Amino acid sequence: MATQVLMPALSPTMTEGKIAKWVKNEGDSVASGDVLAEIETDKATMEVEAVDEGILGKILVGAGTENVAVNTPIAIIVEEGEDVPAAAPAAAPAPTAKPQPTQAKAPAAPMAPTAARPVEAEFAGPTVTLTVREALRDAMAEEMRRDPTVFLMGEEVAQYQGAYKVSQGLLDEFGSERVIDTPITEHGFAGLGVGAAFGGLKPIVEFMTFNFAMQAMDQIINSAAKTLYMSGGQMGASIVFRGPNGAAARVAAQHSQCYASWFAHCPGLKVVSPWSAADAKGLLKAAIRDPNPVIFLENEILYGQAFALPADPEFILPIGRAKIERPGKDVTITAFSLMVGVALEAAKKLAEEGIDAEVINLRTLRPLDTATIVESVKKTNRLVSVEEGWPVCGVGSELAAVMMEQAFDDLDAPVARVAGVDVPMPYAANLEALAVPKPHNIVEAAKSVCYR
Amino acid sequence: MAKAAKSASAGASARKKPGVDIGASREELLDAYKHMLLIRRFEEKAGQLYGMGLIGGFCHLYIGQEAVVVGMMEASQPVDTVITSYRDHGHMLAWDMDPKGVMAELTGRAGGYSKGKGGSMHMFSREKNFFGGHGIVGAQMPLGTGLAFAHKYKKDGGVCQAYCGDGAINQGQIYEAFNMASLWKLPVIYVIENNRYGMGTAVERASASTELYRRGESFKIPGKQVDGMDVIEVKEAGAEASEWCRSGKGPFILEMKTYRYRGHSMSDPAKYRDKEEVSKVRKESDPIDNLRDKLIADKMADEAMLKDIDKDVKAVVTAAADFAQQSPEPDPSELYTDILVEA
Repeated sequence: MATQVLMPALSPTMTEGKIAKWVKNEGDSVASGDVLAEIETDKATMEVEAVDEGILGKILVGAGTENVAVNTPIAIIVEEGEDVPAAAPAAAPAPTAKPQPTQAKAPAAPMAPTAARPVEAEFAGPTVTLTVREALRDAMAEEMRRDPTVFLMGEEVAQYQGAYKVSQGLLDEFGSERVIDTPITEHGFAGLGVGAAFGGLKPIVEFMTFNFAMQAMDQIINSAAKTLYMSGGQMGASIVFRGPNGAAARVAAQHSQCYASWFAHCPGLKVVSPWSAADAKGLLKAAIRDPNPVIFLENEILYGQAFALPADPEFILPIGRAKIERPGKDVTITAFSLMVGVALEAAKKLAEEGIDAEVINLRTLRPLDTATIVESVKKTNRLVSVEEGWPVCGVGSELAAVMMEQAFDDLDAPVARVAGVDVPMPYAANLEALAVPKPHNIVEAAKSVCYR
Repeated sequence: MAKAAKSASAGASARKKPGVDIGASREELLDAYKHMLLIRRFEEKAGQLYGMGLIGGFCHLYIGQEAVVVGMMEASQPVDTVITSYRDHGHMLAWDMDPKGVMAELTGRAGGYSKGKGGSMHMFSREKNFFGGHGIVGAQMPLGTGLAFAHKYKKDGGVCQAYCGDGAINQGQIYEAFNMASLWKLPVIYVIENNRYGMGTAVERASASTELYRRGESFKIPGKQVDGMDVIEVKEAGAEASEWCRSGKGPFILEMKTYRYRGHSMSDPAKYRDKEEVSKVRKESDPIDNLRDKLIADKMADEAMLKDIDKDVKAVVTAAADFAQQSPEPDPSELYTDILVEA
């Protein structure tokens, strides 16, 4: 049966090319893999190899011909003893048209629900008071008791009991097979953790601080976040990356950075940032149970702070839900992690000046609970976003855009952003104090959007 | 070993004479032949479909290297896991993934293994323990080490085969993985497919030491250089490495000396080597031709039988190519699926 040889596309961008030379002549026998011709593309000279065996029956486009479009028949290969068809062989496969990009508009991205949710009730039942550090430890211990596939790995998590003592006691209870000291090798152990998750385990990978997670960024984004999509839903990574994020105290630029907006940018991740001990425990338990990769951004300064939380070991908080920490009617202030406390302090000062601020603890940055924020802004008509990280492309930038899209008619003032100063963190005590948001910055921003 | 066996710290088994106790049965050799031929014909067809504009983007063909993955497959057990880079079509076919699903993924169709959302470089099969298909050079090695960690944690007796090329072996994260694998005695075979070129850079121009099987010495990982054009030799080395890993001794490195006939990807004119080099390898060391000759010389098969295999393989590839063109593109609604697992 005669088959046509078509002008091939030899690069992702090639649409036409020149037949530089025929290596085989009419009448030559050819085998799979033999070079038939040389073609000049937009980038280089390439060889065209035969796919089928037979005789080169006819050359349809001679050497030296330029601007030959991709998929033009350039030769006919016939079987031994077969005549070359006079016209193009009817039996030859017609070049299948390359599927054209669908002209229809892409379907709209699923929207987050906009219905108002009830304000979260204060805890019913007995409570205990724990530090954030203890709450995180208890969350891991409870989940490790519940599920034998959960394990903890990271630098100094086992024998040293955690660089910040978050994993205190876990080695004693769960042993060295489940509480694993790693070498100082973030890129490697982040990748190993993702591979273990592919293999059916539920790793908790601790970064001593998230500054060091930059070494592991490729494995977190390219391997953990994207594989579910790239595999058509066959396999993802049920894994938690956790550790302190943001500025500590006097450790300067390389150890003081908030990565919330970096991770929140990426589809395929969930990004959680707790403030209180209840947040820490309820959300870490949810993160460990979640079948997706979860970035869990803690804060070193909060580790020692104590809060009341439910004693019930089944206490768990949903990822993706913000919490109104202080209801108010005049201005909405959003914050996460350490900044929730700073915002509450600012709200107290604002109350003294007759401004009733509503403070929302975002808790999750991806997926962001836009419904709760929009609902609040419909009431207060004003938004002040607070974050410790840099302002450019920050969480506040995203919130400002969401307000434009979903609450434009409800705004009585432009959204105000209170953020870390747009500089690497300085070491000197006085400069450092100027670089992170303080209650008075929030008070000023709130007063300005209230035109006071 | 044809090219004297080189071995770093582990005991090397002497090369057995061809035809004498080759460590592979007739059935295994015929199976190896079928798989290698399937990979060859499949890749030729993929190259053709690429030329027709039906496959887009990057497409890295495995032609020439078939003996590596087929020999290693013959040495594996069903519980084992596999992970590799973006030159992955051969691995999937060796592990008996459906050629239709693989080809349809290349053409970006709904019938592909990833519903058309992964493409040539990103394909997976949970069912066949094939964990990708990874596009970032070297990233699959820590991931494979993690799969080995899971084998050990679950005590399921499995071994992970993690593949990379001679170009990837200079990535730092691989040494981070080597260190942890050896420290924790993880059951992982690191298979370095040394096809002499990392894209256009010859191995001598990229590696201060070209004895890649010795790259684990600082981590006390034994290594062995293998003629990767000889499927029997690969199978033997694979069996030795698997036994080492399965018995709890930790990781093992196999450097497969192999060769790719085509360019790095479809758009590579391969100006960094001369044609004589390619034709010499094709003529003297082709893994499929050599096994074919051996099967006939040892009277394990005759011409008619091999012709039937040829025909069968061709039919499978033609069916895969037809399916890959007939399967529809993914529904637009697929744009927003598989981003997160619903908890």
